[in-house]
Amino acid sequence: MNRRFRLTDSTLRDGSHAVAHQFTEEQVRKVVKALDAAGVPVIEVSHGDGVGGSSFNYGFSHTNEMNLIKAAVEEAAQAKIAVLMVPGIGTKQDLRMAAEAGAKVARIATHCTEADISQQHIALAHDLGMESVGFLMMAHMIEPQHLAEEAKKMESYGAGSVYVVDSAGAMTMDDARRRVGTLKRSVGCQVGIHAHNNLSLAVANSLAALEEGVDQVDGCTTGLGAGAGNCPTEVLIATCEKSGIPTGVDPLKMMDAAQEAVRPIRPEQGVIDRDGLLLGYAGVYGSFLLHAKRAAERYGVDTKAILLELGQRKVVGGQEDMIIDVAMELQRRAAAALETVAAS
Amino acid sequence: MTLEDKKMAKITCAVVGSGNIGTDLMYKLLRSPHLELTAMIGVDPASDGLRRARAAGIDATHEGVDWLLERVDRFSLIFEATSAWVHRQNAPRYQEVGLTAVDLTPAKLGPLVVPSVNLDEHLGAPNVNLITCGGQATAPIVHAVARVSEVPYAEIVSTVASVSAGPGTRQNIDEFTKTTSSALVEVGGARSGKAIMVLNPAEPPILMRNTVFCALGDGYDRDEVAQSVLDMVSEVSQYVPGYRLKNEPVFDEDVFQTPGGEVKARVVALLEVEGAGDYFPPYAGNLDIMTASAVRVGEAMAKSRML
Repeated sequence: MNRRFRLTDSTLRDGSHAVAHQFTEEQVRKVVKALDAAGVPVIEVSHGDGVGGSSFNYGFSHTNEMNLIKAAVEEAAQAKIAVLMVPGIGTKQDLRMAAEAGAKVARIATHCTEADISQQHIALAHDLGMESVGFLMMAHMIEPQHLAEEAKKMESYGAGSVYVVDSAGAMTMDDARRRVGTLKRSVGCQVGIHAHNNLSLAVANSLAALEEGVDQVDGCTTGLGAGAGNCPTEVLIATCEKSGIPTGVDPLKMMDAAQEAVRPIRPEQGVIDRDGLLLGYAGVYGSFLLHAKRAAERYGVDTKAILLELGQRKVVGGQEDMIIDVAMELQRRAAAALETVAAS
Repeated sequence: MTLEDKKMAKITCAVVGSGNIGTDLMYKLLRSPHLELTAMIGVDPASDGLRRARAAGIDATHEGVDWLLERVDRFSLIFEATSAWVHRQNAPRYQEVGLTAVDLTPAKLGPLVVPSVNLDEHLGAPNVNLITCGGQATAPIVHAVARVSEVPYAEIVSTVASVSAGPGTRQNIDEFTKTTSSALVEVGGARSGKAIMVLNPAEPPILMRNTVFCALGDGYDRDEVAQSVLDMVSEVSQYVPGYRLKNEPVFDEDVFQTPGGEVKARVVALLEVEGAGDYFPPYAGNLDIMTASAVRVGEAMAKSRML
C-alpha cells in the first residue's frame, strides 16, 4: 500500500491552547521558519478555537491572529499556511480576513454529529480560492458508520478532505483504525487523522491510520497542544522514516526545530499528568484542561472533579462556559456538605 | 366587562408559517386574552401545524400569503414564522395593505425588540424583529448590567440541543451570531459584542443554556449589578416561565484584554431556559423564548391600539 501522506503541523493553532493563546509574533516567525526549513508542507496558525476564537469563553489572544497569520506567510518559503475555523465561534468575515492575510487552507471544524453547519463556510473557502478541509471533532463519541455519514455531508459541500479528530485523546488504536478505515471506504475525498496523546497513543494511532490508507496526518511539534498534547511531529517523522514511510520532511531538521524553536516555549510539554490522562480516559475535550485548572483555583474546587463531571454531562467542544457552571455547583455542594457536618 | 366585550376587545391576528415555531406560537396565542388568532397560513397541505390549527377551530390554509392578502380586513397583526428569505418577500406586501408584522425570522428588517428592554419604544412600528433565541435570552441581561455600569464588551454563549436546531438555523449559523452580536450592542447597550453558538447532541436533549459575560468598567457596584440582573431575570420569567439563573451572578476580578479595551473585572451570568412544552418538548427553551416573546410583543401592540 502507498503510505505517502501530507503532514499538517498545528503547533501554532492547537498549541495555542497550551499557552493560553499567548503566542507572540516573534515565536510564530521562529517556529514557521524552522518547520518550513525542515520541509513541513502545511502549517496551521490561529487561535486555538479557530479564527475569531479570542473571547472571554476561550481566552483572549495576546496578539491579533491576523498579524500572526501574516507573519507566518512571510516566513514560509514553501509551506502553505492553514487556519482553523469553527462555525458558531468564528464567522465568514474571519475566514475572509484570513484569506486576505495569505492563508491558503481553511479547516472547517464541527462537532462530529453537526457537519451540516459547515456548508456555508466550506463554500466560502472555495470562493476565496482556499483548499477546504472538513474537521470532525470528538470523533470518538460516535460509531464509525455514523461518522462516515457526517463525513459524506462535508464531502458533498465540497471539502477536499475530511478528518477524524480525536479531540479528547480518547481513541485506542482499534478505535482510530475502524474510523479511518470506514471513512476511506465511504468517501471519495481524502481522509485525515488528528491525534492527541492522552493515552500515549498519538503516534501509534497515526501509524494505524496510515495502515488504513489515511492521506493526511496532523502533528504538533513537541506535542504542543490541548490537553495532554498532540502527536509530536518530530517523533512521527522519525518513526515514519524508520518504518519506510516517505514523509518529505527532514527528520534531523525536524528534531532541531522541536528542540530549538518549540521546546523553549513550553519546556515541560510531553508529560501526561493525571488530569491529561483523565481527559482521555473520560473522553473530555482536551482544550478544557487549562480552563478547568483555572476554575479549580478560582472557585476552590478540584480539577479532577470538574473534568469527571464535564464527562458525565457530555459537554462538547465550545462549551467552556460549562466549566464555570460545574465549578460553581461543586463549590455549592461542598458548602452544603460543610453545613451538614456543622449541624450534626 | 362582559365576556362578549372582552372578545370584542381582542385584536385579530394570523400566523404565517405552519412549521415548528408557527405551531408552538399558535398554542400560546390561543391562550392570549388580548389576541385572537383567526388564521394559520402555510404552503404545505400535509403540514402538521395546519392540521392542528383546524382541530383547534382556526381557519387554516396552505395557499400562502396570497390567501391572506385577499382577506386583509380580517386581520390587524401578522406573526411571521417562515424564514428570513420569505419574510423579505412578504414584508413589503404587508406594509402596502397596512398590516403590522411581528417577525420571528432573522430577517432584521424592523427594529430589534426584546420585550423586557425596549418594548414600549417600538409599539407603533409597522415591522418589528425578534432577533434570535440567543438574543432574546441574553440581551436583557446585558441591558441589566449596562443600566448600572459601563459595559465596554459583552459576550454570550448559547448552547442548544441539536434536535432543536432546524435546517434554517444550521445553514445560517453566521446570521445567528451576527444578529445576536448586534443585539448585545443595539438592545443590550454594550459598546461591543460577540455571540457564540454551540449545538450539543447529547441524549436526552439538554435544556437551552446561555452564558453572558459582561466586561465591567471601573467603579461598578457589585451589589447593584447583581440586583439589576436578578430583577431582569424575574421580569423575563414573567413571560418565559422557564427562564432562570443557574447561579448568583459571578464576579471575577482579573485583567481582561477585551475587544472593548482592558477591564479589571467581569460578571458572568449562567442561565437556563426550559420551554413550556406547548408544541416542542421542554428542552427546546430556545424555541419557546421566541414564541413567548412574540406573544408579549403582540399583546403590547394590541393594548396600545385599544387605548
